[in-house]
Amino acid sequence: MPLPGQTDPAMIRNFSIIAHIDHGKSTLADRMLQVTGVVDGRHMRAQYLDRMDIERERGITIKSQAVRLPYTGLDGRDYVLNLIDTPGHVDFTYEVSRSLAACEGAVLLVDAAQGIEAQTLANLYLALENDLQVIPVLNKIDLPAAQPEKYAAELAHIIGCSPEDVLKISAKTGAGVPELIEEIVALVPAPMGDADGPARALIFDSVYDSYRGVVTYVRVIDGQLSTRERITMMSTHATHDLLEVGVISPDPVASLSLGVGEVGYLITGVKDVRQSRVGDTVTSHHRGATTALGGYRDPKPMVFSGLYPLDGSDYPLLRDALDKLKLNDAALVYEPETSVALGFGFRCGFLGLLHLEIVRERLEREFNLDLISTAPNVVYDVTLDDASVVTVTNPSEFPTGKIATVSEPVVRATVLAPAEFVGAIMELCQTRRGTLLGMDYLSEDRVELRYTLPLAEIVFDFFDQLKSRTKGYASLDYETQGDQVADLVKVDILLHGDPVDAFSAIVHKDKAYAYGVSMAGKLRELIPRQQFEVPIQAAIGSRIIARETIRAIRKDVLAKCYGGDISRKRKLLEKQKEGKKRMKMVGRVEVPQEAFIAALSTTEAVAKK
Amino acid sequence: MHVAELTPWRAALAERSRAQSTAAQGVYIHVPYCASRCGYCDFNTYTPGEIDVESHAYLLAAAAEIDHARSLWRPGHIDTVFIGGGTPTLLSATDLTDLLRRVDDSFGLADDAEVTVEANPDSVDQHVLDQLREGGFTRISFGVQSLAPHVLAVLDRTHSPGRSLEAIAMAQAAGFEHVSADIIYATPGETDDDLAHTVSALLHTGIDHLSAYALIVEPGTRLANDVRRGLIPAPDDDVAADRYQIIDRLCAASGLSWYEISSWAKSGGECRHNLGYWRGGDWWAVGPGAHGHRDGLRWMNAKHPRAYTERIWADGDAVVETEIISQAAIDMERVMLGLRLREGLAVGAVTPDKQDQIDLEVAAGLLVRVQDRIVLTDAGRLLADGIVGRLTS
Repeated sequence: MPLPGQTDPAMIRNFSIIAHIDHGKSTLADRMLQVTGVVDGRHMRAQYLDRMDIERERGITIKSQAVRLPYTGLDGRDYVLNLIDTPGHVDFTYEVSRSLAACEGAVLLVDAAQGIEAQTLANLYLALENDLQVIPVLNKIDLPAAQPEKYAAELAHIIGCSPEDVLKISAKTGAGVPELIEEIVALVPAPMGDADGPARALIFDSVYDSYRGVVTYVRVIDGQLSTRERITMMSTHATHDLLEVGVISPDPVASLSLGVGEVGYLITGVKDVRQSRVGDTVTSHHRGATTALGGYRDPKPMVFSGLYPLDGSDYPLLRDALDKLKLNDAALVYEPETSVALGFGFRCGFLGLLHLEIVRERLEREFNLDLISTAPNVVYDVTLDDASVVTVTNPSEFPTGKIATVSEPVVRATVLAPAEFVGAIMELCQTRRGTLLGMDYLSEDRVELRYTLPLAEIVFDFFDQLKSRTKGYASLDYETQGDQVADLVKVDILLHGDPVDAFSAIVHKDKAYAYGVSMAGKLRELIPRQQFEVPIQAAIGSRIIARETIRAIRKDVLAKCYGGDISRKRKLLEKQKEGKKRMKMVGRVEVPQEAFIAALSTTEAVAKK
Repeated sequence: MHVAELTPWRAALAERSRAQSTAAQGVYIHVPYCASRCGYCDFNTYTPGEIDVESHAYLLAAAAEIDHARSLWRPGHIDTVFIGGGTPTLLSATDLTDLLRRVDDSFGLADDAEVTVEANPDSVDQHVLDQLREGGFTRISFGVQSLAPHVLAVLDRTHSPGRSLEAIAMAQAAGFEHVSADIIYATPGETDDDLAHTVSALLHTGIDHLSAYALIVEPGTRLANDVRRGLIPAPDDDVAADRYQIIDRLCAASGLSWYEISSWAKSGGECRHNLGYWRGGDWWAVGPGAHGHRDGLRWMNAKHPRAYTERIWADGDAVVETEIISQAAIDMERVMLGLRLREGLAVGAVTPDKQDQIDLEVAAGLLVRVQDRIVLTDAGRLLADGIVGRLTS
């Protein structure tokens, strides 16, 4: 078998699998490991390549992987297949695009019982933009509900091939997988590059390992990278020594070098993935390349949320935990923030809602923290009358002075759904300030709708609404598409005259009233009656737009207290006093922590998939 | 009976019984039977198939408990006896009188002892009341609850409104020194007028004591289930506050003033037994699930009548829970109980770090200072739990 660093590019096939969650990508990868003999049955475990617990449990891939599969074809020749796994979610579009840029081919894997989903379609378009050879495959043909003919026609329609070209497999049983591997060998072009030119390698993933430091995954385009060599990261001009290069097959195997077309890893000893960024170009320090490979982009947080420890004394733990997560997550940004209502915490920026949820879940699970997160919001650019611009990532920072314009990020969203739900989807998008860009029938009964939507409207429980209005059938994908000026205002919620920062929100003027009424109503239910009347007001600046009142408590006493009740009543009072200690004071008003959580969580939009 | 081993409870009690207590001394006897269980009730009570058979075993055990107590409890004399339930008047007047005689034999009743029995208007007649009065009972407390038929229906009470007034008249004819009525207010479906009529009609009979309890939905009761299922609306705290004020106004107009948060009496009609609870007195507990107290020691008997009788025959007592109340808890209870009373709480009972809070409560109109005591205002009576919480640490 060809060794890393000494492999003829003509024998290399670099490909990835584009698939929706649950459509069987990890199972297919498992099967390929077995068919090529890289992992024998005895050592096999489900979702072999997924590293994090969360990935395995939720069946999604957050970070990509690359595995080298030596394979002897039916023609008797020895090939090297590099399977580059791609993350499977809308928040990681950029990472997906870099993984695809490292490939020459892509397997488009679609569940034969469900058809293509919006995110898969989006990733397919990315693959086509990268000029990848696409191999359409229907999976799960062993399922009773499979409709291979119908969905083969759909795939053929989308990518412009013949339905007969669509392979039909079952990753679970292994049926059709050897044929698929042969098809990859036959159809995916071999990589081409200048073996004698200066080295250029594309970073498509970067992972922090507590023993090795940052492990950087690269695809060599030109030249070669050798161990002990000094390298330069072309976006930052930082230089490092290559302590180790190698390939994953499926465990790390060190090698002397990586050559043209090869996929492998680099270790330089750096401790932070920010020093080894996805999309960057690695070159040799001496006589290195002068032109980077295109397409590098700084990760840009799109969604912000305040994270606060439920127990204020956990703040240092939260800080340490974020510092650790950051080593492995170049897109995570955060800075300390103080909330009158919630105490000390961090304002964190995420690529999107799933990214937010994953970070939050890792903080709670791996670091044992109980957190409150504020309703997610997007970034606003506020231009004042004096033409100065304020960037707002937290509603409470919204300027109070004379505002000329406010601009918000917009996305181009694609929704795929059965045709019967078109009305419901249009209605939802309408109420979310969407503009219809177009609509196409993918097949007789499946429709693709394209909308421009403010990102803020999507982070606000859009996905849950979409799912519930389409009985779970609709799928959503979106990509950012610049900013637009909109009539946006900040709504403050005042408790007994004091603004509660955690509940401030930036909303469209037409929705301010509805937000104010619903939040005030919710708080009236959640906050216990106090000794005095507590007005709850929603306000835009100094203008009150909604008001509710928590009436003063008039009776709290238990009428009966005889000999047998004394201990019980004392314990009840002691318990009530304990409860009071956990109250947060907003001005003079005692607010139970649960009220904050309940008020925030019901408006918290978290995409489950 | 064999010689009882020295349990922690016995040791703690013996230690406290060496010296004569200066506190009021009471005996509470719990009769754990009712003819039927009311939907709101979470008391320790049972509805026996054959009351005569089951109560026989209970009476023997209760008598044995009282006899046995003689060796453990040396109160000097007993100031008050209270037979409660359940429905004590499900037992015969002879049985109740026998229990009282046992208490007298074991401990000695004071000459002016107050002896109360609780009664259901349904379960008494003139003869029974005469017998009880002759047997030494000085006070009777009727569970009237309401005089409005639809309110009684929500409460599952079986008696007719007229029966309550008749029973009170019979008790007065029998010559009880004190006749009291218990009512429940703010029952869903009750109106202000229903309550006002109930209170007025009761006061018109000339009773000298009224206890009024806002309906509490206790977990596990049929009422709680009905509220959860939406069959009955939950009682409303604001309504309860309004109704409390109606009761307070009508009582005051009839010469009954409040002497505890939920108790009103003519002068001299205050229930001395209950005052004992609120002033930190001592009392012996007889019967299933009964709680006793002596000088910071509290205990509870086994709850089920069968478990109770078995324990009594095996050990002489039926104590299943013992609590030696910590000083902090004693301090808290003193505030909690003392504030319930019109006589109020000595300022010194509030710890120094909470003295400033007294001024805040006074400023808020919830407390008044009367010499060196603090007393709840009218508004404060309804908010006593919050005040207690703020005055204790």
